[in-house]
Amino acid sequence: MKVTIDGKEIDVPKGTTILQAARMIGAEVAPPAMCYYSKLKSSGGYCRTCIVKVTKGSTANPTPMPKPVASCRTEVMDGMVVENFTSPEIVEARKGIVEFLLINHPLDCPVCDQAGECKLQDLGYEHGLAESRYEFERREFDMIDIGDKVKLHMNRCILCYRCVKVADQLTDGRVHGVINRGDASEISTYIEQVIDNEFSGNVIDVCPVGALTDKTFRFKQRVWFTKPVDAHRNCPTCSGKVRLWIKGEDVLRVTARKDQWDEVEEFICNACRYDHKKKSDWEIEGPSPVNRHSVISQNQYAHLNQQKLEQLKHQSALGFMKIDKKP
Amino acid sequence: MARKLLIQNDQVPGINTLEVYRAQGGYRSVEKALKTMVPDQVTEEVKKSGLRGRGGAGFPTGMKWSFLAKPEGVPRYLVCNADESEPGTFKDRYLMEKIPHALIEGMITASYALGARTSYIYIRGEYFYVARILENAIKEAYEAGWLGRNILGTDFSHDCYVQVGAGAYICGEETALLESLEGKRGNPRIKPPFPAVAGLWGCPTVVNNVETIAAVCPIVNMGGDEYAKIGVGKSTGTKLISASGHINKPGVYEIELGLPVEEFIYSDAYCGGIRNGKSLKAVVAGGSSVPILPAHLILKTAAGEPRLMSYESLSDGGFQTGTMLGSGGFIVMDEDTSIVKNLFTFTRFYHHESCGQCSPCREGTGWMEKVLKKFLNGTAQESDVDLLWDIQRKIEGKTICPLGEAAAWPVAAAIRHFKEEFLEVARSKKFVDISHYERLNKQYAS
Repeated sequence: MKVTIDGKEIDVPKGTTILQAARMIGAEVAPPAMCYYSKLKSSGGYCRTCIVKVTKGSTANPTPMPKPVASCRTEVMDGMVVENFTSPEIVEARKGIVEFLLINHPLDCPVCDQAGECKLQDLGYEHGLAESRYEFERREFDMIDIGDKVKLHMNRCILCYRCVKVADQLTDGRVHGVINRGDASEISTYIEQVIDNEFSGNVIDVCPVGALTDKTFRFKQRVWFTKPVDAHRNCPTCSGKVRLWIKGEDVLRVTARKDQWDEVEEFICNACRYDHKKKSDWEIEGPSPVNRHSVISQNQYAHLNQQKLEQLKHQSALGFMKIDKKP
Repeated sequence: MARKLLIQNDQVPGINTLEVYRAQGGYRSVEKALKTMVPDQVTEEVKKSGLRGRGGAGFPTGMKWSFLAKPEGVPRYLVCNADESEPGTFKDRYLMEKIPHALIEGMITASYALGARTSYIYIRGEYFYVARILENAIKEAYEAGWLGRNILGTDFSHDCYVQVGAGAYICGEETALLESLEGKRGNPRIKPPFPAVAGLWGCPTVVNNVETIAAVCPIVNMGGDEYAKIGVGKSTGTKLISASGHINKPGVYEIELGLPVEEFIYSDAYCGGIRNGKSLKAVVAGGSSVPILPAHLILKTAAGEPRLMSYESLSDGGFQTGTMLGSGGFIVMDEDTSIVKNLFTFTRFYHHESCGQCSPCREGTGWMEKVLKKFLNGTAQESDVDLLWDIQRKIEGKTICPLGEAAAWPVAAAIRHFKEEFLEVARSKKFVDISHYERLNKQYAS
């Protein structure tokens, strides 16, 4: 099936969603997604950041769709034409969505463990407005422990439902869900029950914001001061393929490996995540690929940045270009 | 006197019992359908009648029925949406309370047309006493052989159940209703797939409003063509209107579609004019979520033609100068009404009822309520009107289900037609007492 997204055409198999097709084309046309997670069934459709405009339904029925659609849950039709970043209407609408997501978010990034690898920071930076027009009190919840290793900081939650899907699909016996409704909705374990099983720690990895954090890592270190390396071990429960976050000789944190779209490649078990925090427990494969634009890379390649800055200064002095862009 | 098809017998004593209902000619449509027609013929009659969904959207019922997927070996369901929660709408309650058998009869006939072995009536929690009335009626129907195995000696067997919800506006959205009926959290599903393909427990399902299902009986009795002669243009048949607000005679009225709005408001047969001799300021014509219209636009269209109570005439002029027939919740406001306060009430409702699944509605409805509250406690700026406009614009059309629109449209329309009033309230800095809302909020919280 042929689909055109922002003027770029691609051939995809039947059943592909617009978002998947856009990701196949590349990051330059892929809509941001806060709740969609390709590894979890029936995820997506909630956050509405991935909305796009379908200007031509299909070759057979070219009528445009009347409203913007959630690209993560809309399957492509043959001959469909989609506008994402090229539609000013969508760019504007997305700004609105980002603003909505942020009005009740505490913006406590300076004390939040997710800072630096937070999808909401990226989203706000790339697609949001410079300042909020919201002037009221933000909703507040008490922090609660979900089990002895996971902290739920509900104030930061954007209700993407990813952790609910993990609890539903990866672990036996659903004890994790959403209670209350509207802007009073909150993620909760049913009547203070803990998630007690081998894969529960994955809720931390799928959380796009700092709502679910690893209690064994909380306040230990800013992520950009640690260095990610890929490692593996022989694990009887999971694949054992993980990412270690190292500072000096210490393994501060163990997470699953994430791909280009910040999605977990393979879910890992709690034993790998919490109980093996020595370098000697692991066979280290090498440094993890880190996106050049990520703040995590900044610290790793500080010397390169310095070199580049020197070079730019030099060029600028010669009248080539101005240093108003980040190196 | 206008023709009535649904509630013509509502004043007959004992009409809620099967005996009296049958004596008044009840259950004729079941007899006629089961004995003389094949299911597709019933669907055909409904198509010919031009009946449109009475819940609010006005989608042609016959077409909805013909979309129902009919794979072999998979059960099909009919679900009656009795979760009537739209503020200003109380017609279904009246019908079910007075003549419960009209709904049961419609359920049997419609199920026969759709080939549904089982049907459900999903009723909102606040109508628990109506649910009891329905359950009694169903019991009577079982005893008389109108429900159960081999109805009237034919091959058609049917069971009908009443399910009481917990009282949530969102469960009136058909997919949220199905989720709730399945015993889950009432969150709307993401469409497609539509219920006609995968509805209740993944099986093909038709969800219809109470009034729509009840209207199937007269259609089968009189024939689709005959029914289509009532009304005007594509708005055929009769419609129950819940009239409320500052009028002399609030209540439920059955009208023939095409009745002039002016006649409906001022005639003694209907609303009986504005209370205390005041003049008309505005009307919300179809339940709180449709755009409000000022007096001059509700009585006459922008082109100067008299406005009629019909799907087409009320929506004439789009949202710029028109509105919608919606669910028929006709709220009349006199000259003393504060549109700002009224809008706050509506918006507060949508904030309270948002399910919280998708972000624009979850966050936007609460924000709009807070901004509107500023107008009432005298702290609003003139720029807040523009802010409100911008928030509603960013909610509309971006949400999973129509609750986003339902919350955005009243705000948009109020600002469109009454902007000056908002600006005046903002300038005057006057405090409006809303302490009774605070008390209500506390009640909800407890």
